[in-house]
Amino acid sequence: MNNNPQLNKNGELQHLLTTEGLPAPILLHILDTAESFVGVTERDVKKVPLLRGKSVFNLFFEPSTRTRTTFEIAAKRLSADVVNLNIAVSSQSKGETLLDTVNNLSAMHADMFVVRHSQSGAAHLIARHVRPEIHVINAGDGRHAHPTQGLLDMFTIRHYKRDFHNLRVAIVGDILHSRVARSQIHALTTLGTPEVRVIAPRTLLPAKVERLGVHVYHEMERGLKDVDVLLMLRLQNERMLSARLPSTEEYFKYYGLTQEKLALAKRDAIVLHPGPMNRGVEIDSAVADGKHSVILSQVTFGIAVRMAVMSILAGN
Amino acid sequence: MQLPDAEQLLASLTGRIRSDVAANTALVGIYTGGVWLAERLHHDLELALPMGTLDVSFYRDDFGQIGLHPQVKPSGIPFEVEGSHIILVDDVLYTGRTIRAAINELFDYGRPASIRLAALVDRGDRELPIAAQYVGATLKLPSDKMLALEKGIDAKLSLSLYNPKSGG
Amino acid sequence: MDPKNGIDALMDVFIAAGKIVAIGAGPDGFQANREINAKDLVVCPGLVDLSARLREPGLEYKATLESEMEAAVAGGVTSLACSPDTDPPLDEPGLVEMLKHRARSLHQAHVYPIGALTQGLKGERLTEMAELRDAGCIAFGQSDMPFTSARVMMHAMQYASTFSFGVWLRPQDASLADGGVAHDGEVATRLGLPAVSVCAETVALSNIILLARETGARIHLCRISSAEGVAMVRAARRQGLPITCDVAANHLHLSEMDIGFFDSNCHLVPPLRGLSDRHALRTGLLDGTIDAICSDHAPVDEDAKLLPFGEAEAGATGLELLLPLTLKWAAEMKIPPAAALARITVEPARILGVDAGHLSPDAAADLCIFDPGRYWKVEAAVLKSQGKNTPFLGMELQGRVKYTLINGHIVHEG
Repeated sequence: MNNNPQLNKNGELQHLLTTEGLPAPILLHILDTAESFVGVTERDVKKVPLLRGKSVFNLFFEPSTRTRTTFEIAAKRLSADVVNLNIAVSSQSKGETLLDTVNNLSAMHADMFVVRHSQSGAAHLIARHVRPEIHVINAGDGRHAHPTQGLLDMFTIRHYKRDFHNLRVAIVGDILHSRVARSQIHALTTLGTPEVRVIAPRTLLPAKVERLGVHVYHEMERGLKDVDVLLMLRLQNERMLSARLPSTEEYFKYYGLTQEKLALAKRDAIVLHPGPMNRGVEIDSAVADGKHSVILSQVTFGIAVRMAVMSILAGN
Repeated sequence: MQLPDAEQLLASLTGRIRSDVAANTALVGIYTGGVWLAERLHHDLELALPMGTLDVSFYRDDFGQIGLHPQVKPSGIPFEVEGSHIILVDDVLYTGRTIRAAINELFDYGRPASIRLAALVDRGDRELPIAAQYVGATLKLPSDKMLALEKGIDAKLSLSLYNPKSGG
Repeated sequence: MDPKNGIDALMDVFIAAGKIVAIGAGPDGFQANREINAKDLVVCPGLVDLSARLREPGLEYKATLESEMEAAVAGGVTSLACSPDTDPPLDEPGLVEMLKHRARSLHQAHVYPIGALTQGLKGERLTEMAELRDAGCIAFGQSDMPFTSARVMMHAMQYASTFSFGVWLRPQDASLADGGVAHDGEVATRLGLPAVSVCAETVALSNIILLARETGARIHLCRISSAEGVAMVRAARRQGLPITCDVAANHLHLSEMDIGFFDSNCHLVPPLRGLSDRHALRTGLLDGTIDAICSDHAPVDEDAKLLPFGEAEAGATGLELLLPLTLKWAAEMKIPPAAALARITVEPARILGVDAGHLSPDAAADLCIFDPGRYWKVEAAVLKSQGKNTPFLGMELQGRVKYTLINGHIVHEG
């Protein structure tokens, strides 16, 4: 169990399940390859023939039009055939298990599964049981990981900051429930970021989060001081219902990113958000649309990063 | 075996291309050796249009066998391809498959008026109906040898022969 | 090897008419029908397991009485307590009688049902405990189900103590544990698994201990999991409260780290906790704060485990691993095997309040004869239990049962 389930026996990427445990050269190879795809997405013909004849199955056990669309665009720009399956209601309710579904789809000669599931570890489970020629990309599993989001954030950071080796990065918000935060933390630490901070009230931090290699802050005023990069997280309304927070208003007042709080960071700090944003909850519109925001770049780069991941996997 | 001097071949290639150069001629180098050559040609021929670069990794026909090239460079075509007269530049012309991929990629930028090909060395053994208009030298080489252009620390170009299995 | 009588010697055991008739020198004129040569083997009392789910009635797709009773004797277990969380739960005398009858007809391990403390295990209304006792229940518990209020828990304890019935509870505050599937530590944080904090155990323990003091009820704590929990039990026992305690064999050896990349075989209840918790359990067992080791046998069908960690059903097969895991603890703690065997023989028998778990003249001839040096690989094919899931799958364990005798009959020969 201790050998990395993401790598094949040659040490190459077989599946992308989490950014945790991936060697820096593999992360950098993905980012470097994505650079080339950025050029492709800026051409008239935004398509390359790399995955011609390959079938990419988007298996979404949890609805997310947005994420599914980015994977679909990425696959289509690689000339792959894309099949979208929203399985939240169809077969699962008929008693078919997750692995039944996967086995049925494998029989349709899938080359790659892009999996979104509400349970942590679902992508690992699928990767463990698919035929060896099939590649699995985790498009978000429970609270565990969302590696392509983490990687596109790394791409964006590198695009604006060149290098990770002298950066101070703050991740702000609901760390406890965030698969994005976990993927960001592992990628940042692997790529040599000297200081990663998390800023959140105690109800939104998991136990022993410092063991992931981050510094814990509870106040924006201290946590944002002199940071180069701010990674904002989305706040779900459920947090109020589960008594983790009193109200979105109080959250915004203490943890929402406003111009005043942003002024504590470095003058050239950049602000990222995985989307969709809750304006006035975790981020003020003036910041979201302001000159420090690189949120729209993230969306563009997201396609290129996913193209890179798919083409590297398909080639291994 | 004695390989020709790359700098001399480049000089003769430059001379042959020069007579055909017009105001709308554009150079596009294919990574890696072709880009080095195109840079030199672009400088020496004093071309007006900026030079383009192609990394054909996304268009290769052997992706299914060998996967993605470990170091893909971004392609960049900083001029309007539509209606342009392009000279593709590569170091070694061999099976023709790289050129096929490069032509395909160029067409995804637009429809050029013409494409010609310049190669420092043509080693024959074509697998596709492709020919170069400008060739520095024609060589016959054993099929188990790879010929590649190298760039020294003094920026001097040279040709070298190696066995693919032993790397290089 | 008999911990109760302090025997650890090379001797003969003489059995007649289902009972042990002599140990050491045989009775005059004893003629053996059959001799078992136990050279290089250990003869010890049949093991007593405080927590085995037999999945009958109602959950036969996970396991049947036949398969699990066979697993019990294959593991050297001759007496076992089964929890009331069947379908329907053991809350009516008829169900208990049926179970006892079914078990008796198999002529294998003695089955001691734990009756439901509340009707339907709903934590609301008391069951007819005295009737259930008459039907065969030896104690009462809630399995993993909560009480609807502390008041119900108090009344259940008061009523049980009226008849001196033992109350068996697994300390876990339901609201604090709600939705959690792994220990609230580094691994759950890394894997993004909903967590169960230690205070889910300690808050419940605190309630149980205070209510035990208030009501005088005899309490048995099932499957304690945390260092703080062990400390609380130690303190309560020091005050003289009638509290006993067991630990699951898995928890003596495993920690949250063993979950690795979402190994659903490590999805257990209570969750595998941190390394310091495991250490406290191992030492708490040594110093007697924890009385007994149980198998926490909970066979799960394959499909229920082939799910993402959080959705996979909790539990592991355990009857056949109880002996080797106990011996492993002894070896690692550098204590004599006889001292360890007490935790799966005489101690659990004392908690059950049954005459078992020792080798004495006139006692029932329930024996386990095992090869202490023999290594065996835990594999689906060798497990008799219908549940093939255990965190130890694929590992080699030392100590293999050769013979199991119940009432003098050989019921398992390995």
